[in-house]
Amino acid sequence: MVENLVEIFNLTKRFDDKVILDDISINVEKGENLIVFGRSGSGKSVLLKCIIGLITPDKGEISIMGKNVHNLKIKKLNNLRKNISFLFQSAALYDSMTVRENLEFPLIRNFNISHNVINEKIIKTLELVGLEDAIYKMPSELSGGMRKRIGLARSIITDPKLILYDEPTTGLDPITSKEISELILNLQKQLNMTSIVVTHDLICAEIIADRVIFLRDGKIAYQGALEELKTIQDPFLQNFFSNKLLNE
Amino acid sequence: MKIPEVIFKQRLKFREQFYNFMATVTGLTIFTIEFFKQAFILPLEASEIKKHMDELGVKTFPIVTITGFIIGFVLALQTQPILARFGATDFLPAMVAISVVRELGPVITALIFAGRVSSGIGAELGSMRVTEQIDAMDVSGVNPFKYLVVTRIIATTMILPLLTVYVIFLAMVGCFIAIAIAEPMSVQYFIDSVIESIAFEDFIPGVSKTFIFGYIVGLVGCYKGYTTVGGTEGVGKSSTTSVVIASMLILIVDAILVKISVLIW
Ligand SMILES: Nc1ncnc2c1ncn2[C@@H]1O[C@H](COP(=O)(O)OP(=O)(O)O)[C@@H](O)[C@H]1O
Ligand SMILES: [Mg+2]
Repeated sequence: MVENLVEIFNLTKRFDDKVILDDISINVEKGENLIVFGRSGSGKSVLLKCIIGLITPDKGEISIMGKNVHNLKIKKLNNLRKNISFLFQSAALYDSMTVRENLEFPLIRNFNISHNVINEKIIKTLELVGLEDAIYKMPSELSGGMRKRIGLARSIITDPKLILYDEPTTGLDPITSKEISELILNLQKQLNMTSIVVTHDLICAEIIADRVIFLRDGKIAYQGALEELKTIQDPFLQNFFSNKLLNE
Repeated sequence: MKIPEVIFKQRLKFREQFYNFMATVTGLTIFTIEFFKQAFILPLEASEIKKHMDELGVKTFPIVTITGFIIGFVLALQTQPILARFGATDFLPAMVAISVVRELGPVITALIFAGRVSSGIGAELGSMRVTEQIDAMDVSGVNPFKYLVVTRIIATTMILPLLTVYVIFLAMVGCFIAIAIAEPMSVQYFIDSVIESIAFEDFIPGVSKTFIFGYIVGLVGCYKGYTTVGGTEGVGKSSTTSVVIASMLILIVDAILVKISVLIW
């Protein structure tokens, strides 16, 4: 039997009577890369924030590694969160810290490892995202793409079991975007990480997706393998795929 | 009878302001409870507290230096003619010392501190909030309230009394210079009469209330910043409203404390 790392049951979230997520259920298997498509404003970020426990749902349950996220006491929640990373849409680097301090921050505080190991990890992770030279820079000195990559480095440095990516490639040039997608794929292959990737970038999805979900009007409109969905004769899907493919 | 529309509009505004006020009072109360709950939980984040204290000290040092000197200087100049009328200029050092130690030193330092520091904290935490840095800290398993809020409130609470003592000292220097320009007075006489005039009962309430003022400055700045909504515009609002609220609270609390200390001593 395959183990589910994330289980979402009947998740509903409203903001001021506006239903953003409407009775959504999703399971994510261990080691799976799940892509969530949806237009801007369709509630993708809200979905991820519900999963990690930053936003409290109105209804429904979310469990990660068998633990109900929204019922945990703060200490247990923090322990659970040590196994999870979240790459924010804006990267959310700590402005007042250097790149090095940004990467160190979760390691020093949550993991009992020696200074040398931390050093090695930082260098290794920066090499992985191709930014060894940026180690002593401040976030304000980095370009948008570099910030995203440092954000990615900060997310993976703790060797999490689950990573939630909020539009990891949006706003990047196609080459960087492809590189980041391949990096995400490698992480899954080598370290058996599980990811939920929210995006509207088809190229990224083609590289990493095991399974795809379409969010529309707060519901899951379609789900399945990318290749399957491409063959479905449906105006919405056809439109989505053809538009995006034109940009390729 | 037809009531002008403007009255309804004003009432609506008034109601909104009242809600805002109540929300702030509730928020500050919650933050206070949370602060005392978390202040004693490990890790103490001592290095973070020290970093904030260093920053606060460096940031406010120039302005409190000037202010301290000028308070004493101007107060001496203003009081001298009045005392001269009664032929009591000998009392000048004592009078300035008592006003500065009991009231002007602590309150003016606190107000300047509020202007400089609570706006800074409001803006800093506000921008961390709207750029999701606080959320990022939260999901990385670090408690952002402890790391960002508790450390800052402790730093402001500890540094303001130090600044106040420094301001009081400088005010006395300013006072001496103002006197010495007009008529020669020996340093020894000045120091003697200042020390003689200030009793323990003046110094303790004066300086101990600055712990509370420092706490208020940190608390209000952190509360406004930490709960910022509405993007970059919200950051600006948090920054300015924290100064207004912190200054008002300082004055109100001061009035209450003065009343209490008069009753006790
Ligand atoms: N904290 C919030 N308060 C009120 N409305 C919100 C909040 N967060 C998100 N929303 C609303 O929820 C909807 C979905 O937002 P979001 O998940 O950010 O979309 P996206 O799919 O582009 O990531 C938007 O209409 C947004 O206005
Ligand atoms: Mg989003």
